[in-house]
Amino acid sequence: MTKPPSTGPAWPETLIGLGLLGVAALVWWQTGEIRTSPMYAKVGPRIFPYLTAIGLGAMAVAMVVAGLRGGWQLDEEREVPTDWRAVFFVGAGLLANVLLIVPAGFTLASVVMFVLVAHGFGSRQPLRDAAIALVFALSAYFGFAKALGVNIGAGVIEKLLGG
Amino acid sequence: METLAALGGGFAVALSPENLLWCLLGTTLGTAIGVLPGLGPALTIALLLPITFQVPPTAAFILFAGIYYGAMYGGSTTSILLNTPGESATIVTALEGNKMARSGRAGAALATAAIGSFVAGTVGTLGITFLAPVVVDFALKFGPAEYFSLMVLAFVTVSAVLGSSAVRGLAALFFGIWLGLIGIDLQTGQARFTFGLDELLDGVNVIVVAVGLFAVGETLYVAARRYTGNDEIVPLRGSLYMTKEEWQRSWKPWLRGAAIGFPIGAMPAGGSEVPTFLSYYTEKKLSKHPEEFGTVGAIEGVAGPEAANNASAAGVLVPMLTLGLPTGATAAIMLSAFQSYGINPGPMLFQSQPALVWGLIASLYIANIMLLVLNLPLVGLWVKILRIPAPLLYAGILVFATIGTYGISNSPVDLVLLYVIGIVGFLMRRYDFPTAPVVIGMILGPLAEQEFRRAMTISNGDWSVLVTQPLSATLLALAAVALLGPMVWRMARR
Repeated sequence: MTKPPSTGPAWPETLIGLGLLGVAALVWWQTGEIRTSPMYAKVGPRIFPYLTAIGLGAMAVAMVVAGLRGGWQLDEEREVPTDWRAVFFVGAGLLANVLLIVPAGFTLASVVMFVLVAHGFGSRQPLRDAAIALVFALSAYFGFAKALGVNIGAGVIEKLLGG
Repeated sequence: METLAALGGGFAVALSPENLLWCLLGTTLGTAIGVLPGLGPALTIALLLPITFQVPPTAAFILFAGIYYGAMYGGSTTSILLNTPGESATIVTALEGNKMARSGRAGAALATAAIGSFVAGTVGTLGITFLAPVVVDFALKFGPAEYFSLMVLAFVTVSAVLGSSAVRGLAALFFGIWLGLIGIDLQTGQARFTFGLDELLDGVNVIVVAVGLFAVGETLYVAARRYTGNDEIVPLRGSLYMTKEEWQRSWKPWLRGAAIGFPIGAMPAGGSEVPTFLSYYTEKKLSKHPEEFGTVGAIEGVAGPEAANNASAAGVLVPMLTLGLPTGATAAIMLSAFQSYGINPGPMLFQSQPALVWGLIASLYIANIMLLVLNLPLVGLWVKILRIPAPLLYAGILVFATIGTYGISNSPVDLVLLYVIGIVGFLMRRYDFPTAPVVIGMILGPLAEQEFRRAMTISNGDWSVLVTQPLSATLLALAAVALLGPMVWRMARR
């Protein structure tokens, strides 16, 4: 738990603080938009949101100050380089899932996501992954989802199997 | 005597074949997800929340409690064999446990962890049995002002006191409270923070937030840290039975760990990191073999913290059941399960739903026995689960995340929201923000607002009721001390 030496501002931390300040401002602005009747003037629906906005704002300011003073991230974490390639493939998997789930159904979307995410994590056997994903997604669909009674989008594959 | 009669009634409920099966399912699933890195009890229970529409509440809570207890047992297996804590509560176990495993005593480490978990879990469950009715009697005197002040105290302790930074903990908490405020205000019917989206009128679903933070955020975090996937699993060698000397060195740490863990867990602060660290340092100080700590691994350093961990997990259920006050992410998700049944946990629960409450408490005793069997003779099974390659594990977690989220309303909007919260969760993990306060704030925030407005309605809008009623004033003073005390202390030492 050693604090990093203050070697000028730490931009990621400062940016996070500024981003949170933006959220606080958004909460404050949107609270003003909540309609309220004089009947509830003293215990209305705005008091808690205003308190929340103030709390968020105060923490955001403290974080910006801490960020400008060198940030709070531990050295060991700061030194780990971000693996953008892995993040890209995981992100691509998530995006594919959102885009495919309505037109193609849950199983197909899951298989595509599974293969992309596994690739991001370093797997180099896309065909094997796809086979595992197909079995896994189908058993999740017919086991887990049906047992829970949740209804998830049936696509071509599910309908063929009588889902 | 009244308590024992009630507990007897609880056993009659918990021992029904159907409920025994739910308990077995919960403990098995709990152990599995405890063993697997990246999956925790809060995420698992969130994914299983839709089951509340299918089964009676008693069955659902026996299942959830089994998962919760099971994860505490399973987490220690991962800590000992892999040195990657499966759960945050088992970080300390990894310190000595992995060293023991590396010096060929994995069997003894697993045994003392499992038996210690059993001893402390049972002590903790006894604690729930006899402490809960006392807290209930006390809590019946609470009015809205007291409840609000108690929630403020819990907010401060879960976000500001535990964890590495009060500022980041509180930022996470306020963010969670804001998420909880989104949707229709139940008292006035006004929409808040919906940005004109009809999907947000019902509020943000807790499943989306929990799964986003704990599954999507965690997956992105692990991916970004260049997962190499070559964690070394220490092979399981040596007998699973402890020698006479190991028993002698274990039983006192088990009891001390339980004595440290349960009270801290039962306080409206919760958390298992503090008691496990406290137990670790206590055992290090008291041990007759201090040279083994940090070198070959001392059995006391596994036995004590493991016991403390399980006893504090049991303790957390006391404020949760008696006051409706969750002090951990898992307890917060369980509270939202209660809400989905239209049941309000709190002192009245013991009168209105005795079969549910006492059946749940009785099932905890049974769960502990099942877990001892699952985690000692069957430990080899869980070691196999540890061998699932990370690419398949994390890809699979995201498939489950999709089911849990898309199943809510079949709307891709929920998936988009899930991924936005996942990105927030990733940044929080990367920049050392605690994530549990988000979930706690989201569940408890609207309840605190409700109590606040009730108190203000009674007092005609006079804020001073919060500080003129002695009990409420005391709770707020405690919160102020907990928040400002450490800061003042630091400044005074400078």
